[in-house]
Amino acid sequence: MDYRSPGTVKEAVDLLAASGGGAHILAGGTDLLVKLRTGFVAPKLVVDLKAIPQLRGISSDARGFRIGAATSCAEIGEHAALGAAWPGVVEALRLIGSTQIQGRATLGGNLCNASPAADSVPALIAAGAACEVAGPAGEREVPVERIVTGPGRTSLANGEFVLAFRLPKPPARSGDAYLRLIPRTEMDIAVVGVGVALALDQAGVCTQARVALGAVAPTQLLVADAAAALIGTRVDAKALAALAVAASAACKPIDDKRGTIAYRVKVAGVLARRAATIALERAQAKRG
Amino acid sequence: MNDPKPIGLTERQWKVVGTTPLRPDGVDKVTGRAQFGADMHLPNMLIGLVLRSPHAHARIKSIDTSKAQALPGVKAVITSADLCDLPSEFVPAGEMMVNYRDMTRNVMAREKALYEGHAVAAVAAINEAVAAQALTLIDVQYEVLPHVLDVDEAMKPDAPLLHDDMITIGVEPKPKPSNVAKRVEFALGDIAAGFAQADVIVEREFLTRPVHQGYIEPHACVASFSEDGHAELWCTTQGQFIVRSFCAKLLGMELSKLRVTPSEIGGGFGGKTVVYLEPLALALSRKACKPVKMVMSRTEVFRATGPTSGARMRVKIGATRAGRITAGEALLKYQAGAFQGSPVQPGCMCAFAPYDLENVKVVGLDIVCNRPKVAAYRAPGGPIAEFAVESVIDELAKQLKLDPVEFRLKNAAKEGTRAAYGPKFGPIGLVQTLEAARAHPHYRAPLKPNQGRGVASGFWFNVGGDTCATLNLSEDGTVSLVAGTPDIGGSRASLAMMASEELGIAYEKIRPMIGDTSALGFNFLTGGSRVTFSSGMAVVEAARDMVRQLRARAAKIWEVPVDEVTWEEGVARATVGGVPKSLTLADIAKTAGKTGGPIVGSAAINAQGAGPSLATHVVDVEVDVETGKVTVLRYTAIQDAGKAVHPAYVEGQMQGGAVQGIGWALNEEYIYDDKGRLENPGFLDYRVPVCSDVPMIDTVIVEVPNPRHPYGVRGVGETPIVPPMAAIANAVANAIGIRFTELPMSPPRVLEAIDAKQAAQSKAAA
Amino acid sequence: MAKHHVTTTINGDPVEFLCSTEQTLLDVLRDVLYLTGSKEGCASGDCGACSVTLDGRLVCACLVLGVEAQGRRIETIEGMAKGDVLHPLQQKFLEHAALQCGICTPGFLVAAKALLDRNPDPTETEVRYWLAGNLCRCTGYDKIVRAVLDAAADMRGS
Repeated sequence: MDYRSPGTVKEAVDLLAASGGGAHILAGGTDLLVKLRTGFVAPKLVVDLKAIPQLRGISSDARGFRIGAATSCAEIGEHAALGAAWPGVVEALRLIGSTQIQGRATLGGNLCNASPAADSVPALIAAGAACEVAGPAGEREVPVERIVTGPGRTSLANGEFVLAFRLPKPPARSGDAYLRLIPRTEMDIAVVGVGVALALDQAGVCTQARVALGAVAPTQLLVADAAAALIGTRVDAKALAALAVAASAACKPIDDKRGTIAYRVKVAGVLARRAATIALERAQAKRG
Repeated sequence: MNDPKPIGLTERQWKVVGTTPLRPDGVDKVTGRAQFGADMHLPNMLIGLVLRSPHAHARIKSIDTSKAQALPGVKAVITSADLCDLPSEFVPAGEMMVNYRDMTRNVMAREKALYEGHAVAAVAAINEAVAAQALTLIDVQYEVLPHVLDVDEAMKPDAPLLHDDMITIGVEPKPKPSNVAKRVEFALGDIAAGFAQADVIVEREFLTRPVHQGYIEPHACVASFSEDGHAELWCTTQGQFIVRSFCAKLLGMELSKLRVTPSEIGGGFGGKTVVYLEPLALALSRKACKPVKMVMSRTEVFRATGPTSGARMRVKIGATRAGRITAGEALLKYQAGAFQGSPVQPGCMCAFAPYDLENVKVVGLDIVCNRPKVAAYRAPGGPIAEFAVESVIDELAKQLKLDPVEFRLKNAAKEGTRAAYGPKFGPIGLVQTLEAARAHPHYRAPLKPNQGRGVASGFWFNVGGDTCATLNLSEDGTVSLVAGTPDIGGSRASLAMMASEELGIAYEKIRPMIGDTSALGFNFLTGGSRVTFSSGMAVVEAARDMVRQLRARAAKIWEVPVDEVTWEEGVARATVGGVPKSLTLADIAKTAGKTGGPIVGSAAINAQGAGPSLATHVVDVEVDVETGKVTVLRYTAIQDAGKAVHPAYVEGQMQGGAVQGIGWALNEEYIYDDKGRLENPGFLDYRVPVCSDVPMIDTVIVEVPNPRHPYGVRGVGETPIVPPMAAIANAVANAIGIRFTELPMSPPRVLEAIDAKQAAQSKAAA
Repeated sequence: MAKHHVTTTINGDPVEFLCSTEQTLLDVLRDVLYLTGSKEGCASGDCGACSVTLDGRLVCACLVLGVEAQGRRIETIEGMAKGDVLHPLQQKFLEHAALQCGICTPGFLVAAKALLDRNPDPTETEVRYWLAGNLCRCTGYDKIVRAVLDAAADMRGS
């Protein structure tokens, strides 16, 4: 197994193309190194993207925020402006693993590893985030919810990789939140994860909402019915109850060593209600 | 009210015992200098790896190692043919018995692979990559057989048989072969009559799942054979002498040819009282004539080393309305794993031990199944049985409308109580721990909705056993203390403290070390909560032996009869010709060569009189009734230590055992697929408590001195894991009115029960 | 496949080593450089016994490739004491009896130092959540948390 650390996007694209599918991308390494050790993957070449400037760091412009796909969660978590604008996204990515994992894990890795239970993904989807993707055919932008196609599978073509994540500027009077259920208080893979983002008008009525579920289906789910339960309401108890029903109804989970079908369905509704409540509080706290 | 008999120990003015000095091995451990099992590197060292069965149950038809042998860089390959096939013989390993015939098959499979992960072959090569490749070249032909994991399934007449010749011991007439290795029974009085006297009877069935000791350090060793048949073994172990005995037997070599040096040990809890890699590393080293290092991965630790049993149990207890228990009955069915030897017997013995009962009957069954062979885990067998009994005690107390502490006080075992398993107790501290619980502010603190408080008591016997210790006096008056029991939790400190107390010299002048098998006579292993008790007893005896010699030297110097020489606070004194004279230990040490030679105090004992340690725990929990998640809010552990030599390390044992119990209660379990393969062989999905899962663990040490130990010491290490599961189940019952009889109480199970109860209530209301 | 030649800085000293792509930083520290203070408990980033800092960030050495150390700054447990002067955390762990078997102790010390370097006045909850990636099976965490809080107070001069 060889290791290369390209310094430019073009170099990386060329390396991946030349490897003919025998290469694996390395960002934070917190998923890849475990897979290498167990023999789950055995690539001929590891391509480390961390030396490419476009994949590192956080910037903001008129569109919103741009987060390099190979920026560590710890670094993202320290960005005050991002935390103020999208607290749900930041709290979600800060839940990945332990402090040690945070020192290495990246959004690019968390998304492209394509675990149905990835913590950052439901929050990114709820926030309406998109990926800048680079590859042999050039660069394109893809909504996050269109990347994961199944456990361990993405829609990325051979030789493509994520350069960065784009988060829009949050609307006025908006809030987002992410909650997950794990058996302990830390360290576990989410049994259920829910990301909610919503915006209110001046009268306090919800005008926009996005609700995304994780760990309850082969991919993350963007649940239109759940959003519809909130839009046009004041996000009161009745709306929250309808939200919970819609969230539970959307689940297509499995029984596995982390949870049962029945459990996931029930708790998805509970967490949707709780996450929406937090998002509402955050939206109400914003003036202007 | 149980007044401890005045035995002088409570009046003694301690100088060192009871203080909290820094442990002598501490600096090495906080700097990373201390050497654990995998930290050893030797020149020319090979790396050894194990090939393991992918099947839960299979006949091994053939093993072809020729391609592996031929791979460049491979220096040795072994199978069961390279180890002795031993006949059946039971020997003690800590608090459990092991059988040599089973042991030889457990370290490497012979006729059958009996669990996923069972070792089938091993290789030693110049590096790990070559060794790993060599494993892929070993061709094993398996005939896969149906497997069985659950005790009730294993007892069915059509269950797959693990051992064709297993006839249940303890049953007459002899039954035909089955998966039941043994039946044991302990009884007192007449339980039928006892239940007839009861006003209230509670009978419940329980299920606990296997849990692993969870030591953070995987098994590791380095074996080095010489051309003349001598061998050195460095390994992480709770008992270097036990390892020597087992390995010499398995390799067919003389004990004196094998020297075993214990490394620092990164946790054991009973799981390192047996051998896994050690005989394999020795056999590989013997073949290669080079040192061989073997270290288990975490997945190997979970797949192939002993957890403790899971169990199915039925417990029935009856009591009068006045609150006196009249009868206690239990049936305990414990999983042994692939070979006989679950801790069902100590489980039976402990089940009702905290209580003064006239009528008791406990029956235990030891049942094999296709899982790794169980090993001891902190009070082996006790926590499982006492979880069931302490839960039923709690229900009884509720039905009798008695406070759970009061109910236990009415029935508590005391000095003179006859235990169900035979002996009469000497002084014990259960009553004191119950009273301390009742008086503790925790017991009166207010609770909010969905919060509940639970109480449970616990008992463990503790053991003594063969122990040697030596004190060597250096010319400068400092003392080298050689003990033979690996230091698993700070015992070097307490041993040095006891030597310091007895000799009357400063703690800092005593340098304790753990000797290898050539340094001392036989020492039984670190386990059974025996080190502070037994090695402590040996150290005190060795110190007294040294004091006798010191007094004799002073007597010789002063030319007075030795009876006239006193020893106090490190100084020999006598009145010589009317003049008071004194010599310090350092003085005598300096001239030892002229007064008769080196001064060495030693002791070789079989420590008897280990006193049981009793405990009571109080825990508050909160249940999130929408998700089933249980949070531990507050925990108080109260335990009788006899005499706490180093109170901080006694507290540490109480806190560590309590948190292991919390994990056992809430989240730890083995999860198997339908092929009998372990799905969670790692710390991600085998969920031990993390730092944010638990609150501070408050501790109260009660001291009812053990009259059989010179300082009153009782072992304390194991009892703390006994009460937590029942305490938490009792707390959950108080929080949400649901009694859990299955462990662990993980969120999906708790939520399912909450929803079922709500559904039943809605149905009833409709 | 030829090995990678890596130059890096460990505990302030320049270090060179050879490693294959597969070897993790933990493999290199322990088996190539004989710095065995960092321990392997799981090799999957779940126990924290291999905690080191990489350019000041707390990481698991088992989840970093040896070759990724090129040009970086690594701090391990072996660099925590200065000469024969223990770091306050090391001293407090001893005073509070915050270790029993000691296998998890290097990882906890490195992790706790990384916390106090960033947050000199953490609450008990912050300490517990920061250290959630470090498993201890012996102590139940109580004395570890007390030692960290006490060391923090000491270092603040309180």
